[in-house]
Amino acid sequence: MPDVTFTVDGKQVTAPAGTLLIDACKSAGLEVPAFCYYPGLSLQAACRMCVVRIEKMPKLQTACTTPVAEGMVVSTETPEIAQARKATLQLLLGNHPLDCPVCDAGGECELQDMTFKYGAGESLYAEAKNHREEQQWSPVVFFDRPRCILCYRCVRMCGEGMDVFALGIQNRGSSAVIAPNIPAQLSPDHLAHLDCEQCGMCIDACPVGALTSGAYRYKTRPWEMNHVATICTHCGDGCKTTLGVRSTSDGAEIVRGDNRDKSGINGDFLCNKGRYAFDFANSAERITSPLVRQSNGEFKEVSWEEAFADAGKKLRELRDARGGSSIGVIGGNRLTNEEAYLLQKFARTVLGTNNIDHHRTADYVTFAQALAGQQGRTASWRDTQSYPAVLLVGGDPTNQAPGTAWNLRTDVRLNKARLYVANTDEIKLRRQAKAFLRLAPFGYGALAAYLTGDAASASNAAADNNALESFRDAIKAEEKLLILIGSELRGADLKRLIEFGLTIPGAKFALLSDYVNSRGAADMGLLPDMLPGYVPVSTPGPFAEHNAPTTNGLDMLQIFEAAGRGDLSALYVVNSNPISRFNVDPAALKDTFVVVQEMFMTETAKLADVILPAANLYEKGGSVTNSYGDLQLVRKAADRAGVRTDFEMIVRVADKMGADIKSLVPFGKGLRADMGQSRGAQSGEADRHAVWLTANNLEPKLSPFDPWAILDEIQRLVPGYNLLRLQLLSGNDQHIEPEATASSSPGRRDLVLPSGDTLFTSGTLGRFSPALNDVQRYQGNEPLIQIHTAAE
Amino acid sequence: MPTLVSHPDEVKVISRRFGQGAAEIDKYLELDGYKAVQKAIAEGPEWIINTMKASGLRGRGGAGFPTGMKWSFVPKQSEKPKYVLVNGDESEPGTCKDHVIFLHDPHAVIEGTMIAGLAIGSKMGFIYLRGEYRYLLKIMEKAVADAYAKGFLGKNIFGSGVDFDIVTQSGAGAYEVGEESALMESLEGKRGVPRIKPPFPAVVGLYGGPTVINNAETIASAPHILLMGGEEYAKIGSERNGGTRLFGISGHVERPGVYELPMGYNLKKAIYDVAGGIKDGKKLKAVVPGGSSCPVLLPEEIDVGLDFDQMGKAGTMLGSGGIVVLDETVSIVEFALRTIAFYQHESCGWCIPCREGTDWIKKTLTRVYNGGGSKKDVANVQYLAENMMGRTFCPLGDAAAMPTLGFVKKFRKEFEDYIEGHKAGTPIITVEQLVGAH
Amino acid sequence: MSTITNSIFTPETAARFDRLVTLYPVKRSALVPMLLYAQDEVGYVSDAVVTEIAERLDLLELDVRNVLSYYSMLRTKPAGKYNVQVCTNISCMLRGGYEILDHCKHKLGIGHKEVTADKVFSLEEVECIGACCWAPAMQVNYDFHDNLTTVKVDEILETYRAGQGKDVK
Repeated sequence: MPDVTFTVDGKQVTAPAGTLLIDACKSAGLEVPAFCYYPGLSLQAACRMCVVRIEKMPKLQTACTTPVAEGMVVSTETPEIAQARKATLQLLLGNHPLDCPVCDAGGECELQDMTFKYGAGESLYAEAKNHREEQQWSPVVFFDRPRCILCYRCVRMCGEGMDVFALGIQNRGSSAVIAPNIPAQLSPDHLAHLDCEQCGMCIDACPVGALTSGAYRYKTRPWEMNHVATICTHCGDGCKTTLGVRSTSDGAEIVRGDNRDKSGINGDFLCNKGRYAFDFANSAERITSPLVRQSNGEFKEVSWEEAFADAGKKLRELRDARGGSSIGVIGGNRLTNEEAYLLQKFARTVLGTNNIDHHRTADYVTFAQALAGQQGRTASWRDTQSYPAVLLVGGDPTNQAPGTAWNLRTDVRLNKARLYVANTDEIKLRRQAKAFLRLAPFGYGALAAYLTGDAASASNAAADNNALESFRDAIKAEEKLLILIGSELRGADLKRLIEFGLTIPGAKFALLSDYVNSRGAADMGLLPDMLPGYVPVSTPGPFAEHNAPTTNGLDMLQIFEAAGRGDLSALYVVNSNPISRFNVDPAALKDTFVVVQEMFMTETAKLADVILPAANLYEKGGSVTNSYGDLQLVRKAADRAGVRTDFEMIVRVADKMGADIKSLVPFGKGLRADMGQSRGAQSGEADRHAVWLTANNLEPKLSPFDPWAILDEIQRLVPGYNLLRLQLLSGNDQHIEPEATASSSPGRRDLVLPSGDTLFTSGTLGRFSPALNDVQRYQGNEPLIQIHTAAE
Repeated sequence: MPTLVSHPDEVKVISRRFGQGAAEIDKYLELDGYKAVQKAIAEGPEWIINTMKASGLRGRGGAGFPTGMKWSFVPKQSEKPKYVLVNGDESEPGTCKDHVIFLHDPHAVIEGTMIAGLAIGSKMGFIYLRGEYRYLLKIMEKAVADAYAKGFLGKNIFGSGVDFDIVTQSGAGAYEVGEESALMESLEGKRGVPRIKPPFPAVVGLYGGPTVINNAETIASAPHILLMGGEEYAKIGSERNGGTRLFGISGHVERPGVYELPMGYNLKKAIYDVAGGIKDGKKLKAVVPGGSSCPVLLPEEIDVGLDFDQMGKAGTMLGSGGIVVLDETVSIVEFALRTIAFYQHESCGWCIPCREGTDWIKKTLTRVYNGGGSKKDVANVQYLAENMMGRTFCPLGDAAAMPTLGFVKKFRKEFEDYIEGHKAGTPIITVEQLVGAH
Repeated sequence: MSTITNSIFTPETAARFDRLVTLYPVKRSALVPMLLYAQDEVGYVSDAVVTEIAERLDLLELDVRNVLSYYSMLRTKPAGKYNVQVCTNISCMLRGGYEILDHCKHKLGIGHKEVTADKVFSLEEVECIGACCWAPAMQVNYDFHDNLTTVKVDEILETYRAGQGKDVK
C-alpha cells in the first residue's frame, strides 16, 4: 500500500495506508496505551484506553480501529485524553481487588503501569467490591476473576491464535465473565475447568493478574528473580524462553518460564513445555554426585577427581588395548553445538573412533546432500509466518513443533497464506489448510515419487486420485512455496521430494526434527559417516588437521550389535538414553565399560560404570541450531551444586586420558593483553566491552572449559557455520545453510526414529517434569474431558 | 390486548388500517395492500429511493437517519448477497409503537421489507422481533406464510422476475440487540455485542453482505409513502422531518396510548390535549420525551415541536417517540435509579465505561436512595455520566449517561435535599425490591 | 426425519429444528430462536439441550453457553409451569408496576426468580416488555396482560391455576 503522511502530536509521521493508528504511532515512537488491543488478534475497541483526538472528528476515537489517512491530525496526550483514560481506570479499579502486593502480576501489570501514568488514586465509591473465589482451571491455569478487566485477549489468543477455542465470554454487563469450556456442573469435581492444549498463551496475554500460572503462582516477586532469556530445551523449534531464576542454598532454581519480552524468533508464542517444563531442572531426583560402580555392583558416590580419573584411565587402557574402533560414543539432542562438536572431536581424535551417533529424529544428511550446491533454498523458521504458500508433508506440528503450527496459523490468518497439507493422519493443521490430502498409510514415498512424475505411484500415495491430482496441480502452480517436511520422509523419498520442490523456482525447504538441537547434533557431526558440516569421514577436507580415522564408524544399532557380540570395549554416552529409546537388551552391555553423562538415573545410566552428573541446557552457555537451521544463543540461567556441564566433563575426561587439551579445545587465543584494564571505570561499561570483545573474537578464553573457544573452531572449519558473532551474542537468531557436497553413500541407513512426543511429553527428560506429568494426567482424565471441544 | 385510542389531531398514515382486521391478508388487500410493492416493481429502484428521499422520512428507531439516503448507500454491485433487516427488537422503555404495527398491520411490514429489498437489490429480508413478542411473532409468521401462499413472496414476485424471501426471527431478551450491529450479531447466532464501525452495515452487514437495517415503523411507512408520493408525505410533517410518527404516551396521563401525530406536533399539546392531560388532575413534574434514554424535560420546557431537530435544540432527543409523563408525586431520585438500573441490566459488558459506569452509577444511586448518600455522590454520579458520554463502544453508554446527566443537572437540588432527608415525591420501590431484582 | 439420532426433543420440535437450520444462509443463525423454542419445550435450557443444539449447529458447547448466558429470557434452571413476569420499568412503575409485583410475591409466596413449591408458578421482575401505554403490564409465559390491577392479577392467576389460561408457544 502507498504511504500516507499525517501528524501525531505535532510530529510528521509516515506509514503505509491502512496501518492502524496505534501501530503507526508505535512505529513513530509514540506509545498509545491499550488493554484490549493485541497485535495480530482481532480488534475489540473495548477498553477505550487508546482514545485519541483526531481533528474534524466529533468524539475521541480509538487508535486501535482507526486506519491512518493522509493529512490526519492526531493528538495522543492532551488533558482531555488523559482524563478519559483516568476515568476508565477509575472504573476498572472500582471493582479491582487491588491485591497487588500478593498478585503474581504485581510489578509486571499493565493496569498498574497505566494507573501510575494516568493516576486514579482517589476512590469514588463506597460500595463493597464484587468478590469471587479464585478458580483452578487446570494444573497450570488459574483464574482470579475480580482481577479480570475483560480485555478478551485470552479469548482471542486461545481461539484465533491457538485454534483451540477453550475460552468464552458468558453473562453480560457487569456480570460478564471469561469462562472455560468445561462448566462446573459437567465437571466431576463441580468446578469449572479447561480442556485445551495447556499452552498458557492466555496467561501470557493477560495484561493483569487474572490468569496466572500454576507453576509460578504466589512463588516470588518479579523483581526478586533474574530473568535470563535462553532457548527452550524441548522441541526442534527452539523458542526463546525467559527463565526467572532465584538463588537457593545449592545454586539457583528456575521459578518461572515465560515469553517475557517476546524478542525471540518465536515472537508472541510459547507452548506449555517452554513455559512450565523447566521444572525437571529443580527435580530432587537429579544426580548430584559422581557415581562409580563398585565390584559388588553397587554405585558409590565418589569425588569428581576420582570419577574423572577412573573413567579416563579405563578408557585409555581400553583404547590402547583394543583400539579406538572398539569404543562407541553416543551424543544427545539437547547438547549445545559446542558440546556436540567437542564430543565428536573427542571421539575421533582422543578415543580414535568414528563409532559415533545420536538419536536421529530426522534425516538431515540426506536433506543437506539433496540441497548440495543450492543457495538460499533452506527456510528459516521466520519464513513460516510470512511465506505466501506452504506445503506441509508429514509431521504434526501442532503436537511436535507447536511454534511452527502457531506460525502457520498466523500466516494463514493474517497473510491469507495458502497452506497445503499432505498427511496420513487428519492432523489438526488441516483446519487451516486450503487443501488437505489424506495419504494412504505409509504413502509419503509414493507421494514423493508421484510428484516427481511417477504416475504409477498414485494409487500407493492416496486413495482419492482426483484429490491427489488437484493437490499436485495446486502446489505446482505456486511460485513461492515453503516446503515443510516431516521426519516420515527420509533417504530416497526425501531426496525425491526435494528434487520435486527444486522445480519450483521460489521453493524453500525445511526438515522438522524433534529436539532443541537435533539439527545441531547432525550439523556437528555426531554421525559415524559424517564430520561436522556433512563432510564425509573419508574426505575430511578442512578437518584433515585432526588426523581422525577416515573409515565410516558404526552407527547406533551397529554399536549395540557390536556390544552384543562382545566387540564393544567401551561406550561413552552423553545426554542420551539409547537403552530405552532403542529398546536395547541391557545384557548386551555386560562386557562393556560404560560412561554416562546424565541428569537422572535413566535406563542407560543404570548400566553405567561411571556416571558423571550433568548440567542441562538451562545451566550452561553456548549455541543451538533449530530444525530450520536457525542458530541461537543459549544463556546460563540456573545452577545446581554437584553437576557440571557436558563440555567441561568431556574435557576433564580427555585430560585424564592424557590428551593434549590445548589441541582439543583451542583456548587461550584472542587478545591476551586485555585482562579487563581497558574496560573503563564504570562497571556498567564492562559488560558492553566484554560483548564487543567476544563478538570480535578477541576475548581471552582463559580456560579449556570455555565453549567460545570451540565456537571459534566451528566457525573456522564447519562449512556453512560462517556466523555473525554479534548477532548470536545479542540473542538474535541467524539462519545457517549447510554446505554439503552431493555424495551418495549406497547402503547408508538413515536410522531415523521419530520421538513421537505429544504436547505433554518430551522424551526421557519429560518424564522428570512434574508439570508435564500433571498436565498429561489431567488431559488424560476421561470423565473430565468428555464434552465436545475443538482441541481434538 | 392493547387498546386502540384515537384523537382528532391524529393523521392516520401508518395506523390507517389499525383495528380493521388487516392482519388477514384478504383484508389487507382490500385496504390497498401490496399495491405499493407492485408500483415499486413497475417504477424501479431509483424511483423508490428518490421517493423515499423526497418523503423526508427519518429513521423511526431513534437516530433519525434519512431512510432514502440510507438505502442509497448500499452499493449497486456486490459479490455477496444483500439483505434487508427489519428491527423489531423494540425495547426502549416507554416504547410500544412497533407492538401495535405487528399486531394490526403485519403485512405492511412485509410489504415494506419487499420495497426495501427492491430498492437495494436484495433477495432476502429478515424481520427480527424481540423474544417477548411471541404472540406478535405468531402473527408475523402467519402473515408471511399467507404472503407466500398467495405467491407474493418467493420466486418471481408479482411477475417481476425477482425473487424475495422473508424469514421471521425471534430474539431472546436483550435491549442491546436493538443496536443495529448487535442485531446482526444476534441474527447470526451470536452474543448481542455491537460491531466495530466502520465498516457500516450498508457495506459489510449481515453475513458480510451489504445490509439495510430499518426500524419496523420505518419499514411499515414505506408502502404508504410510495402510494401517496414522497412529497405528499413530506408535507404532513415539519421541516426536514417528513410525515407522521407513532407516539406512545405513557405514565401519568389520562389517556395513555399510541397516537399517530404529524412530525413537529407540539409536545405540550400531545400531553394535555391528545393524551388528556395529567392523570387525576395532578401537576406535571417532568417529561421523558422519547424513550428512557432521552434527557428529561421540565414542565416549562415542553412547549416544543416533536421532531428530531426541535427536540435536539431543546437539549433532548425525539428518540423512539415514547413519551413518559411524570407527575408531582414522582421522586426523581427513584426515577433516575430505576432508569440506570435498566441500563445496568442491559449493558452488554463489552466496553469498560458502559459496563462499569452503569454499574457504579446504579450502586451509588441505590445507596443514595437508601439514605446513605452524601453530597459528594451527586457530583460523583455526574462525573461518571460525563465520563461515559461519547466514550463507549456503542450508543448504550450514551443512552445511560444522558438521562442520568439530565436528572442530576435539572434536579440537583432534589438530590441534595433527598440526601439531607427531605425527600420529594413518594418513593415506590422498597429497599427489599432493590436488592431482589437486579 | 430428524438429522439427529436420539433427539431429546419431541418429533415435532425436532422436525421444526431440522427445518429451522435450512432457512438461513448460515445455520448458526438458528441458535437464538432454537434455544428459546427448546426452553419452551423442556422448561429451561438444560445441559442436554446445549449438547444437542451444539451438535445440530456444528458449534462448540462453549459457543452455545456463551450465547445462552447473554439473553435474559433464557434460563438454565427450571421455572414454574407459568412464569409470571411483571414489568417494573419506568412506564409500569409510574402506574403501579411495583404494587403488582408485590402483590404477586404475596399471592404466590415467592420472590424474584423463585418457583412455587407445586412448580405451577414462578415469578420474575422483568425489564420493559413493550406494553408501556397499557401499563402496568405483565406476561405469563408469552401472554400479555395489561392495565393490571391487583384484582385483575388475582383473576389471571386463578385462571392459570385452573389450567384455563392461554399458553401460546
